[in-house]
Amino acid sequence: MPVITYISFNGAINDVEVQSGSSVMQGAVDNMIDGIVAECGGSCSCATCHCYVDEAWVQKIPPASEMEKDMLECVLEPEANSRLSCQIKVTDELDGLVVRLPESQF
Amino acid sequence: MTETCCIVIGASHAGGQLAVSLRQEGWQGRILIIGDEPYLPYNRPPLSKTFLSGEKHVEDLLIRPEAQYEKVNIEVMLGQRVGRLDREHKLVLLEDGTDIAYSKLALATGSRVRTLDLPGADLKGVHYLRDIADVESIRPSVIPGKKAVIVGGGYIGLEAAAMLRQIGMDVTVLEAADRVLNRVTAPELSAFYTRVHGEEGTDIITGVGVSGFSGNKRVSEVSCADGSAYDADLVIIGVGVIPNTELASEAGLEVDNGIRVDGRCMTSDPDIAAAGDCTSHFNTFYQRQLRLESVQNAMDQARVAASALCDKPNQYNALPWFWSDQYDLKLQIAGLSQDYDELVLRGDPGTGRKFAAFYLRQGRVIAVDAVNSPQEFMFGKQLISRMLEVDRADLASPDIPMRSLLSRE
Repeated sequence: MPVITYISFNGAINDVEVQSGSSVMQGAVDNMIDGIVAECGGSCSCATCHCYVDEAWVQKIPPASEMEKDMLECVLEPEANSRLSCQIKVTDELDGLVVRLPESQF
Repeated sequence: MTETCCIVIGASHAGGQLAVSLRQEGWQGRILIIGDEPYLPYNRPPLSKTFLSGEKHVEDLLIRPEAQYEKVNIEVMLGQRVGRLDREHKLVLLEDGTDIAYSKLALATGSRVRTLDLPGADLKGVHYLRDIADVESIRPSVIPGKKAVIVGGGYIGLEAAAMLRQIGMDVTVLEAADRVLNRVTAPELSAFYTRVHGEEGTDIITGVGVSGFSGNKRVSEVSCADGSAYDADLVIIGVGVIPNTELASEAGLEVDNGIRVDGRCMTSDPDIAAAGDCTSHFNTFYQRQLRLESVQNAMDQARVAASALCDKPNQYNALPWFWSDQYDLKLQIAGLSQDYDELVLRGDPGTGRKFAAFYLRQGRVIAVDAVNSPQEFMFGKQLISRMLEVDRADLASPDIPMRSLLSRE
């Protein structure tokens, strides 16, 4: 099972196994990782699952949809490597993915 | 000393989140969730959307997998109904006769569908849409080319209509009021949704009251008070929900169109919290007593309630928000639009499928309905919560970035 590393804003590191086919958001929610709120349950409606994808991985993830890009422009502290974690589908190729979580989702 | 135990009644969005938040807040004792459905907490919004279409399955709906509850030692008792609360002895009495002692209790009993007491409402093929079992019973009747009649032009009705139409059913929506979504949106939004449904081939008929259903064992016709009738192979009724407050009121807790909770989501009993659709709270932002039917409210209240049960400070002051997916329309709603005195449109709801409607009261934005316009939604939320006065002309100009409206404080 792919292992994803979530680095919380306070520096806490969580390496968790996330099933292929699930999402990076779901992996965080399933493992009660603080920093991902995911109010809408993954329908790209709330932008409360914002994360920063480690630079080494940015190119390995399919690009954001227009909807996601629009949402990302409105989150707190957007960066070029910002993504909504509910829109990143976990695959075997993403084993080792590192994402950093923002200070706040609101 | 006996172990402390927090019992959470209700295993949906609020109940599941509340239990998890209790652990996150440091609750050391036992946590037991009691739910009457046979499922772990699951996402309800897809029921009228991708679960109805068959794209998603039960396991896709679960908010968390079973192993995660075990991992943090949350016990879940499913398929059990609570019959009564004994506050004096701090007991939860199950309908099967067992009783369980609690030290703290959380009510997340949710809401149930409002049913229509009309002739033929018990015929086969007449359904409501609230839980997994409802959708599973609807699915065999979802057949391309067959006729579906939706009673009620609210969000649930319109979402179901859109999904059934996309699957290829012949769909008619019957709404008693003179426009769809009349309880929650401006007439401009109602006209927009009526137009889009029409373009997709769904008939929306307003101002028509359903008087009964007929058929030989199975529904085949919906009749209306004005004498009109509609052929139907499938009927879905979506006419609102009623909060499940009976346990609370029978136990003597304060109930007023919902279990009354304070800003910490505590009920009138200091050992009992409540969260979600079943509650009524005084909303500091809108300055009135509110009962909200939304995922956001369920999740946010659950977190606040968990803090309170762990004696930690936290106040519920979230801005309400909602969403609805129909066809290629993603509607995101922030705030509550009741009592608006002015509507500012950004984009044209008369053509195309992208615009936003801002509801103003005394010059300030109190709500926004954003159709395929996530920036209007996201920045609109901030306009509302920061109570900024806005320039109406700028707000109405899609060429002026939303971000710039926020920077003029």
